Amino acid sequence: MMNLDSKVPKGNLSEKWTNHKFNMKLVNPANKRKYDVIVVGTGLAGAGAAATLGELGYKVKAFTYHDSSRRAHSIAAQGGINAAKDYQNDGDSVYRLFYDTIKGGDFRSREANTFRLAEVSNNIIDQCVAQGVPFAREYGGTLANRSFGGAQVSRTFYARGETGQQLLLGAYSSLNRQIKLGNVEMYHRREMLDLVIVDGKAKGITVRNLITGEVESYAAQAVVLATGGYSNVFFLSTSAMMSNATAAWRAHKKGAAFANPCFTQIHPTCLPQHGEGQSKLVLMSESLRNDGRIWVPNIVGEKRPVNEIPESDRDYYLERRYPSFGNLAPRDISSRSAKYACDEGKGVNGGRSVYLDFADAIKRIGEPAVREKYGNLFEMYENITAENPYKVPMQIYPAPHYTMGGLWVDYNLMSSIPGLFVAGEANFSDHGANRLGASALMQGLADGYFVIPYTVGNYFGSEKPEKVDVKGTEFNAAKESVNESSNKLLSINGKQTVDDIHRKLGDLLIDKVGMSRDEAGLKEVITKISDLRDEFWNDVKVVGKSEDINLNLERAGRVADFLELGELMAVDALNRDESCGAHFREEHQTSEGEAIRNDDEFAYVAAWEFEKAGKWKLHKENLEFESVELATRSYK
Amino acid sequence: MSWLSKSLSSSIGKKIIMAITGLSLILFLTVHFINNMFLFFGKEGFDMLVSSLDAVKPIVRVAESMLVILFGFHIYNGIKLWWENRQANPEKYAVNAAKENSTFFSRTMPYTGGIILVFLILHLASLWVKFNFGMEGTHHYYDVVAATFQSLPVAIFYVFVMLVLGFHLNHGFQSAFQTFGWHHKKYTPLVEFIGTAYAVVFAIGFSAIPIYFFIRSMGGN
Amino acid sequence: MKETKINLTLKVWRQESAKSKGNFEEFKVAVSPHSSILEMFDELNNRLELEGKIPIAFESDCREGICGTCGLVINGHPHGEKKKTATCQMHMRSFKEGETIYIEPFRAKAFPILRDLMVDRSGLDKIQQAGGYASFNTGSAPDANAILISKETASLALDAAECIGCGACVAACKNSSAMLFVSAKVSQFALLPQGQPERYERVQNMVIAHDESGFGSCTNTYACEAECPKGISISNIARMNRDYFVSNLKLQNV
Repeated sequence: MMNLDSKVPKGNLSEKWTNHKFNMKLVNPANKRKYDVIVVGTGLAGAGAAATLGELGYKVKAFTYHDSSRRAHSIAAQGGINAAKDYQNDGDSVYRLFYDTIKGGDFRSREANTFRLAEVSNNIIDQCVAQGVPFAREYGGTLANRSFGGAQVSRTFYARGETGQQLLLGAYSSLNRQIKLGNVEMYHRREMLDLVIVDGKAKGITVRNLITGEVESYAAQAVVLATGGYSNVFFLSTSAMMSNATAAWRAHKKGAAFANPCFTQIHPTCLPQHGEGQSKLVLMSESLRNDGRIWVPNIVGEKRPVNEIPESDRDYYLERRYPSFGNLAPRDISSRSAKYACDEGKGVNGGRSVYLDFADAIKRIGEPAVREKYGNLFEMYENITAENPYKVPMQIYPAPHYTMGGLWVDYNLMSSIPGLFVAGEANFSDHGANRLGASALMQGLADGYFVIPYTVGNYFGSEKPEKVDVKGTEFNAAKESVNESSNKLLSINGKQTVDDIHRKLGDLLIDKVGMSRDEAGLKEVITKISDLRDEFWNDVKVVGKSEDINLNLERAGRVADFLELGELMAVDALNRDESCGAHFREEHQTSEGEAIRNDDEFAYVAAWEFEKAGKWKLHKENLEFESVELATRSYK
Repeated sequence: MSWLSKSLSSSIGKKIIMAITGLSLILFLTVHFINNMFLFFGKEGFDMLVSSLDAVKPIVRVAESMLVILFGFHIYNGIKLWWENRQANPEKYAVNAAKENSTFFSRTMPYTGGIILVFLILHLASLWVKFNFGMEGTHHYYDVVAATFQSLPVAIFYVFVMLVLGFHLNHGFQSAFQTFGWHHKKYTPLVEFIGTAYAVVFAIGFSAIPIYFFIRSMGGN
Repeated sequence: MKETKINLTLKVWRQESAKSKGNFEEFKVAVSPHSSILEMFDELNNRLELEGKIPIAFESDCREGICGTCGLVINGHPHGEKKKTATCQMHMRSFKEGETIYIEPFRAKAFPILRDLMVDRSGLDKIQQAGGYASFNTGSAPDANAILISKETASLALDAAECIGCGACVAACKNSSAMLFVSAKVSQFALLPQGQPERYERVQNMVIAHDESGFGSCTNTYACEAECPKGISISNIARMNRDYFVSNLKLQNV
């Protein structure tokens, strides 16, 4: 029943996108305004898509649960955005960016999608500069670059440690222009709670107005979800407090396949947890690894103050094990290495953190140069920890950060439900089993500016612009089910708060479906999550009423979805009986602890069809590699 | 000309009016200040100075009309700004930490302005009216001034208002530059210094007159 | 590791809706010095929820000081007394044992209170929609290195562009003026070559939108700069003033 045709165009890898664009159906400019598109989420992908679709002449309705479309969590990305400009003359090319990305993802992404990402990367930089994004510059006035994990060329464009903010504000400015021109209607403080399907096609959404509590219906001929990732399933992650999987999950429950949910990235350079009351983890840009050296004391139970530990008693474990990439080894490797060091008891003061040391960099290029590059990150660190990183090494520890998995999409970024498109982190498409640094911004904007606007148009080419009735049966049914579920949550009146249960879920997941996984643990955690879900529906306490501002009810709905998604992550991790990228199965490693991939059996996308909570059906999309050879990933 | 009135009635437009009229009034004050300083060089000098101004009455009247316009705009706009800004911020905080984020001078502009307005009316009603219409053909201006400041309440009032004037100028001068867009790391500190210097010199200089005459009257000389 | 907690008395503004009357409610809390002030509220809300009481409504999202969602007035300071930090980056270690803390929402006519500490800042978006962009369509951009921009210019533009749109400038201003916010965007574009074609229309449109949204006029008290979590400089306001002045003389709109 489920159709997982990837629709990858024929031809050479480098010609696929060009050919595909030529073969797409077009909509007559005068007809474009007869088509409505709903875009949910206004991060890089959502704002980019909404603005560009508006520019093309479609009627766009954009939704965000924030008070302003500028607040999406894309804003928090620090380090930069990759592009194959080769401005540094260091041998970069579209093919190299593509190859680095697919290799970094441990050959678990779709070749054609990843290539297209690299192909449009250059347009993104042009677009952003034209928007007035103040990227870092050289003295001569040209754009500056820095290098990032998983690459040996310098291709990352940046604006201090606030690249995500600047790119998002660029997309936000384009969106604002379309709002003023009347092409985009902006709906703030609306949370999507259901997808409406009419005659097998996505035709609308149901949202809750977060101020009045009213449940509203909106209709269109296509729906684009750009609702971000699901790292908050872990409770503690670098995601924003409100980041959630609800929109994607409700679409999944309506028939959209969910792909590779177990591919979740744990970012190596985050601040360690300070205590029980912690609400989220804070990321420090990975760019710090350019000049910072990561080490732990060689001796278990080291008690000396950090500056008194001599070189001979320090273990620069990344430099030692991966001499060619050193501190710039990919994220999954860095994270896992830190975990092992701490498991061995070599963490700072025996706890769960490692040192990130800038002493050598300060000696080499001087404090002012370090300040110029990382000043605001250092300030942020000092503000949070009350320690001065110019004098004392930083302490870092990995934290859940990005989810490569997401709703399954074809080459057109259309999900398994016709008319439902998924862009940015919410889809699964480009990063495989691991994402390289500075590639999330690239993907969000590539999808938003340069892919969705074409492919949605192509879809409309074969869709009649008939108005959809928001009072139709399907819309009413969706509304009713949303109301019902709110009332259910409010009536349980149990003894645990939403956060209590969310925290329990997070503890289970980080332990068993985190940086390393094994069969026994996964089986155990599946049962435990299922039990926890029962606990939630019987013992949670949600206060207030639904016809009002109710932050408690909002969180309850999101956690209810996380409790289902968390189980699917474990189910997927159990199914994928190999180690690849961020998914590390203890059973599959070399004697040196390197991951062993199993290309014969697992070179596929695991796309899960929802049957009922706790029960999914697996569909496989085999990954065909025409241009690259499946090498063993080595960063030695 | 609708563009002009529209531009000047915007929030920045109102600032521009305050800045242009304010700086012009500082110019006037400078002339006034120099004239007044003649009081310290004795009766003849001062009386002669005022008489010579009296001799070119038509020119003085033109200058005065311009002053009326300047004051008019400055006061009208000032009151309007104060009123509108009150409307924009009707609810106050329970804890007010304004003194930790802004200067006393900047926050009190409407109030110091109000005090100066009251003074202006009294000052015009007494000395200006006397000089212009109450001299009955004589030219003993110096004596009029001296007589005025024999009264302790009058002298105290004048000194107080001159202090307030200093406060008003201290913020107003550099604020005008900011309004014109002349803000620069290198030059703004200099502008601020000049503004404060102006304020101090004016406040001390002008206050010295009532103090001088009052003390002199005490000494009977 | 057992950590010592700090005992505090909170006076928190509670208000059911824009129309109802608000008042301070007192809470006693014991909190870890490493917690942020918002984490303290999380804990407090968790307690209230357990007791079946309505939790305190406040907004936050990234908790890294960049999204601009959070914004509390803590003892009279928007985002707290510490300079150049957002509310979410304010840590409890900066309070003394036994201290009483007043927590209020941003107050301005242009920011109606929605509930407790949540306010409606949509006026800021309206200003951006009036002109905070460079008008060109996706796909029409020239090569990124085609126009050279000096390092200093790019850096100054970024200083302005760092504004997080939190509204603290409005909350701090005795006139509830949003001029620092407006000027940050106007300045960013005024500095960059990409902003030149619409430079003067932009400043006109954004200033008009600012005035229409109910914000007051700037009277140069500079409280905005002192309280801004990103340290946006008032030199941007000067630049905007200058551009506004020039725009009136230059544009052909009679």
